[in-house]
Amino acid sequence: MPVSEPVSEAVIELVGGDVVLDGRRVLRGVDLRVDAGRTVALLGPNGSGKSTLVRVVVGLHKLSGGRLALFGVPAGRFRDWQRVGYVPQRVTAASGVPATVREVVQSGRLSRMRRFRPASHADKAAVARALDAVDLTHRARDSVADLSGGQQQRVLIGRALAGEPDLLVLDEPLAGVDLARQEAFADILRTLAESGTTVLLVAHELGPLEPLIDRAVTLRAGEVVAVGAPPPVTGEHARPDHDHVHPHEDPHREEPILAPSPWVGSP
Amino acid sequence: MSILSYDFMQRALAAAVLVGLAAPTVGVFLVQRRLALMGDGIGHVALTGVALGFLLGVAPLITAVLAATAGAVTIELIRARGRTGGDVALALLFYGGIAGGVLLIGLSPGGTSATLLSYLFGSLTSVSAGDLIVIAVLAGMALLLLAGFGRELFTVCHDEEYARASGLRVRVLTLLLAAAAAVTVTVAMRVVGLLLVSALMVVPVATAQQLTRSFLGTLAASLVLGVAVSVAGVVLAFQADVAPGASIVVLALGVFALAVLARFVVRHRRPRDTFGAEDVPQAQPAVAISSTAPPAATTPPAAVTARGDR
Repeated sequence: MPVSEPVSEAVIELVGGDVVLDGRRVLRGVDLRVDAGRTVALLGPNGSGKSTLVRVVVGLHKLSGGRLALFGVPAGRFRDWQRVGYVPQRVTAASGVPATVREVVQSGRLSRMRRFRPASHADKAAVARALDAVDLTHRARDSVADLSGGQQQRVLIGRALAGEPDLLVLDEPLAGVDLARQEAFADILRTLAESGTTVLLVAHELGPLEPLIDRAVTLRAGEVVAVGAPPPVTGEHARPDHDHVHPHEDPHREEPILAPSPWVGSP
Repeated sequence: MSILSYDFMQRALAAAVLVGLAAPTVGVFLVQRRLALMGDGIGHVALTGVALGFLLGVAPLITAVLAATAGAVTIELIRARGRTGGDVALALLFYGGIAGGVLLIGLSPGGTSATLLSYLFGSLTSVSAGDLIVIAVLAGMALLLLAGFGRELFTVCHDEEYARASGLRVRVLTLLLAAAAAVTVTVAMRVVGLLLVSALMVVPVATAQQLTRSFLGTLAASLVLGVAVSVAGVVLAFQADVAPGASIVVLALGVFALAVLARFVVRHRRPRDTFGAEDVPQAQPAVAISSTAPPAATTPPAAVTARGDR
């Protein structure tokens, strides 16, 4: 397991973060610090506020209390969004009109492209690398609607990578992805970590990602209840013969139906 | 004798080409955003603008552009703001547009509801040289806007939340698209009429995506289709002495039916491919499960059966 080095630059620094949605307090006084080059996991049961927290980080929710800084800049003044790559939790990467895998991935490169100009060499190369990283180069010209759920999720990861972000924020990247794909995703994450990318990800269970996580932050009912090394995998999921049979890759499903992880159970 | 020897036909064909280009360009983004009916709503509101022009003695094309833009912006703001009853609010706006148009035309000197008919169903052959210039400028504006902001609009219409997280100014961009749609509705008003405007925005796109896999491909194909059915519809209307708006839309729907048939044939030639297995080699006929229907309908059957395994 990676050993934490002395504190370096804070990429994300949230202090006393409060969020109120529809009159309900979803986050209460949350502190979160993610240092450059680290991989941090947000754990917790459904409704604990994990997704809300990452949505605050990428600017989709406003704080009603507390303060947030990204790359040392207060969030209100932060404009450098091409440094942040976001992978939302989606059941599909398709929309009302067909789009190819390459088109969707390239849309993640938008903030680095020039208006009225065709894609530059650097843009094309970045898109090609992103496609390669998520192992979809051979399907680049296919319509995303023709891909399986797991492949569509990789399209969304590729879209975030195309912008060559310094910070990658992923909301439940493993939801609905089978074990083989989870391991493939772990490989992507390992490469990113080695290249110095900072990663914040929401997970229900870490599975094959566990060795890559520098720090795990566990939320419950909108509050941070634990910070530290990722909890060891125990119980059913730790057994080597456990064969992860879940209703995977079902785009109809909105909530992950995975069994709750042993370490984030109810009090 | 060629129909091009008539001045009014030259203008009609030029207007048809402009509309055939502008309408599907806006339409492809509206369909991508699942707002295919927005053009209809704007068309209804534009009618009030037309009547207002008659009432005030101003060119109806001008007042229609203003009313349509105001209507489109209102629709967009209602959509962004209201989570509850957004569609009802839109419906109210549509009815208000029609009723307002009929009411105002009754108040204007010498105006009757019959005056509105040529705007409701188009009156292409009465397009004057001045009208044509206004149509060309407006269509050019809409096309330039979409060319300049095409990438941003693709991202916004594809995944609005992702676009916001990427720092795009989503509100500005959606208002821009709404304005482009309003301008296009007004441009198309003389050609196909306000009640059929939306057809020219949506039907070529719906036709194209039966057979395409990419967004750019869909856009290109719908432009070709839009221009082709517009020009053919005008010629047909001239030969058969029917209303051009109707003949254009009926032609477009005919081509759509053919495209659906073609897709059906392609799909049934290779039934195995509809399963979209994890690693199908690339060159499969992707049209087999293209995304004309909402995503739920395009789910590979294999994934559906996986439900409830647990």
